[in-house]
Amino acid sequence: MRDTAAGTRDYDWWLLAILATICALGVIEIYSATHGSSLAGMHMKQVRWLAVGFIAMFVLSRLDYHLILDQAPILYLIGVVSLVAVLLVGHRRFGAQRWIPVLGEFFQVSELVKLIIIIVLARFFAEVRNDELSLRDLVKAGLLVGVPLVLILKQPDLGTALVLVPLLVIGAYLAGLQWQHAAVFSLAGILLIGSVFYPPVSRHILKPYQRDRITSFLHPEDDAKGSGYQLLQSKIAVGSGGFWGKGFEHGSQNQLGYIPVRYSDFIMSAWAEEQGFKGVLLALGLYMALLLRLVQNAQRAKDRAGMFLVMGVAAALGFHVLVNVAMVIGAMPVTGIPLPLMSYGGSATLFVFLAIGLVMNVRIRRFVN
Amino acid sequence: MSYWFRNDNRLPQQRLAIVSYVIVGMVGVLLIGFWKLQVIDSDKYAQWAERNKVRSIPVIAPRGRMLDRDGRVLVDNYPSFSVLLLRDDPAQVEKNLPAISEGLGIPLADLREQLQNSRNLKNFQPIVIKPEASQADIAFIESHRTDIPLLEMLMVHRRRYLPGGFMAHASGYVGEVSEQQIEASNGRFRPGDFVGKSGLERQYNDLLQGTDGMRRVVVNSVGKEVDHLPTQEAIPGKQIQLTIDYDLQQVAEQSLGAREGAVVALDPRNGEVLAMASHPVANPNDFAVRISNEEWKQLNDDPAKPMLNRAVQAQLAPGSVFKIILATAMLEDKVPPAGFTTFCPAYATFYGRQFKCWVYGKTTHGWVDLHKAIVESCDIFFYNVGQRLGIDRISYYASHLGLGRRTGIDLPSEETGLVPSEEWVQRVFHRKWYAGETISVAIGQGAVTATPLQLARAIGGIAMGGVFKQPHLLKDAPDVSEERFNISEPTVEKVTDAMYGVVNEKGGTAGALKLTGVDFSGKSGTAQIINYDLRTRLGKGKQFKDNSWFVGYAPRRNPEIVVCVLVQAGGHGSEAAGPVVRDVVKAYYDKKLKKPEGTVTAENKKRGVDASASAAAIQPVRKPREAALTVVGETQDGDPR
Repeated sequence: MRDTAAGTRDYDWWLLAILATICALGVIEIYSATHGSSLAGMHMKQVRWLAVGFIAMFVLSRLDYHLILDQAPILYLIGVVSLVAVLLVGHRRFGAQRWIPVLGEFFQVSELVKLIIIIVLARFFAEVRNDELSLRDLVKAGLLVGVPLVLILKQPDLGTALVLVPLLVIGAYLAGLQWQHAAVFSLAGILLIGSVFYPPVSRHILKPYQRDRITSFLHPEDDAKGSGYQLLQSKIAVGSGGFWGKGFEHGSQNQLGYIPVRYSDFIMSAWAEEQGFKGVLLALGLYMALLLRLVQNAQRAKDRAGMFLVMGVAAALGFHVLVNVAMVIGAMPVTGIPLPLMSYGGSATLFVFLAIGLVMNVRIRRFVN
Repeated sequence: MSYWFRNDNRLPQQRLAIVSYVIVGMVGVLLIGFWKLQVIDSDKYAQWAERNKVRSIPVIAPRGRMLDRDGRVLVDNYPSFSVLLLRDDPAQVEKNLPAISEGLGIPLADLREQLQNSRNLKNFQPIVIKPEASQADIAFIESHRTDIPLLEMLMVHRRRYLPGGFMAHASGYVGEVSEQQIEASNGRFRPGDFVGKSGLERQYNDLLQGTDGMRRVVVNSVGKEVDHLPTQEAIPGKQIQLTIDYDLQQVAEQSLGAREGAVVALDPRNGEVLAMASHPVANPNDFAVRISNEEWKQLNDDPAKPMLNRAVQAQLAPGSVFKIILATAMLEDKVPPAGFTTFCPAYATFYGRQFKCWVYGKTTHGWVDLHKAIVESCDIFFYNVGQRLGIDRISYYASHLGLGRRTGIDLPSEETGLVPSEEWVQRVFHRKWYAGETISVAIGQGAVTATPLQLARAIGGIAMGGVFKQPHLLKDAPDVSEERFNISEPTVEKVTDAMYGVVNEKGGTAGALKLTGVDFSGKSGTAQIINYDLRTRLGKGKQFKDNSWFVGYAPRRNPEIVVCVLVQAGGHGSEAAGPVVRDVVKAYYDKKLKKPEGTVTAENKKRGVDASASAAAIQPVRKPREAALTVVGETQDGDPR
């Protein structure tokens, strides 16, 4: 079949520019955070991942998203099977079974699953032809998300599992979610979150380390070296940065290793310490621009399927940014969700670029009919 | 290609727009969070970050040394390591406590108690959990730098005193600062600090102590030092030079030996204390580190009272030494007149009670005048003098000659002794003075008590013609106060002649102590039992050997040295205490005569090579004058209790 994509002129160059700038900030901060330690050289590894990501993005953008959506059921099957495989044979690192070896690197299967769920939900909601989303369809969509969600929770990886929720929410919302359903499900959600914070209930549904994180989030001072310590050190780093920041390579919290995983999950903390509020303004401004640009691409999508794809990506990225940054300033518990494009990490970077690849895919086909 | 998406391009534009607003709102909320941390509360977090990375480790100032008058080191320091516990992170401390306890061999309960004791300290100052770290302790700390980043080694300077408790009562000792001292110090002291606890260490603590510095290092999250900040240097304590002459001190210590008692040697011309010994003694090196409560209790409960500096704290009846006071009073007041004589049948009756002379049962003194009464120490003669003078005149002279009040020596906890008077019994016992009591006081018994230092000062001052220099241990003390008590020349002449006779005349009580070539004079004292109060308390059931006193000096007029020796339960004054006095005086003259240039004598402050520095433990100091001292001399005159 004929590829309906236009030339490179139709790529969203603004989006790419924003993307590249955020990546650059990330590489700079990874360098600053690691150059003096045994992790020196990590920024170059990240650059390699970014290069791989860019290539993957362009490759994916060339493949018509309708074709991809066509294969949604098979993709879904692959996703679920590989999640089960991870549980059975996956590689255990840092106390969780999340990794499977591919080409000599360890990949987090759940990153791939996020992408698959975006595609599957786009396909599902595009097929809903009514202006209002029926309860029946909503439950179906919920089940589609629920199965992989439970499997990811089993790894256990609460953070990634949670990312699936906003995918469902934004899809349902754009598909015409009725306010009554919204109210009921919001209530259910609030109850669930509440029970997580309520020890007699959380004992049955959370792993001990997850409960510890909740506890130390609520009472950081009781847990001086655990995740409460991490949050506290992160806040100290952010706060001590002040408005102007301590300067590149001059954040003591960063350079002396007080910030936990300062090159990855807490990279925003390191950035905020060294670049101050002005740096935060720049970074969050870029993320906002990125997200708004995605919404704009959704608005100009050729069809509902394209819009759902783009908004799925926006929801995933937005949720990552929200949860990660809120954690950095101590407003949310430690969940292990990286900051897209800035945090070091192969699988996560690859996921973001593939997701953006989907967006480009939709973008370059917006005028084709 | 499926057809599921065909003909469907109706997009929910309104809902998409709302999503845009949500995104803007979300970023806005996050920015508010950053604003609060980075702008509003920034100072607080900047402080925390600073506290995270900067570790302050005290640099302990070495304590000033103590030198003898010739610049020989009497009290020195040696380097040692203390183990510091950093308490910035209580949870981390709690977690590692068992490992620390095991690694350093400190009982867990002890560690917890120490932590508990220092919980009120500000700024999470590190505390010393183990002084005097062993090689094994150091190895333990070094090998656990990363997994137990709470331990730090602190170089300290520990006190080294001469062995065997040499001069220990005068030097005093240092010890860990008490909780009360910490509270009273306004943050100047930390737990584990060492301060002078007694003696000169305490008296001149402010001079000796110096000011601790602070080493500030940057540490990373696992406690490893990665950088240094400017160090606040420690200011070492000042070295002090004492008036003590090591050679005389050594003679005093050896001559007194294992007996309970004290030796004080003064230069009455300037008040310099040439030697001061008190036995028994505890070795201050034993508790220069950290003494357990049990050991401490044992020392303090020891009936031999090793912690008592008898030279300034033993308040005992002076016995016949007091007769010199009475003789001075008699001659000055002319009551009875100078030519007074009496017959000594070895006993006499006053107020219906029989009083004996010390020769009772052996011989009698026959007709006795003042000279003979002093030389042969006739009690009967002084009973009569005392009766005629009355207690108030005795009291007047005794206190003006320095008894019953502190001499003002630069040592803490000097005792006053006691000069009884009518006013005193009225005030303390609410009764009238019995005339019979005066008879006992006349020969230095009864209620009257004195310290060895007081007697040395009094006898030396009388021999100086009524000039009493404030005794002091700090060489070059700028303001040595003096007291003058007018004693007429004939009185001084008669009294000193008699004291010369005590040693040098036939029949003198201390004839055996004669020193050829030296005008050695003195007065013996043999005091019954311990003191007035104790006697009444213990009753007559128990027998005590007499306390032996001797105060000797040379030459007979304007002496260069006066030595007072007390040997408790030593027996007769000239037999137990006398030889010790003679040994010290002899050593003084031997040293003086051996060095015609006088480089090491009391009167000459110029230094030279000291060939007679006998002990190997003592090394001459190259720069004995490096310690510039400014000490304001204070006299504690008055206050007769």
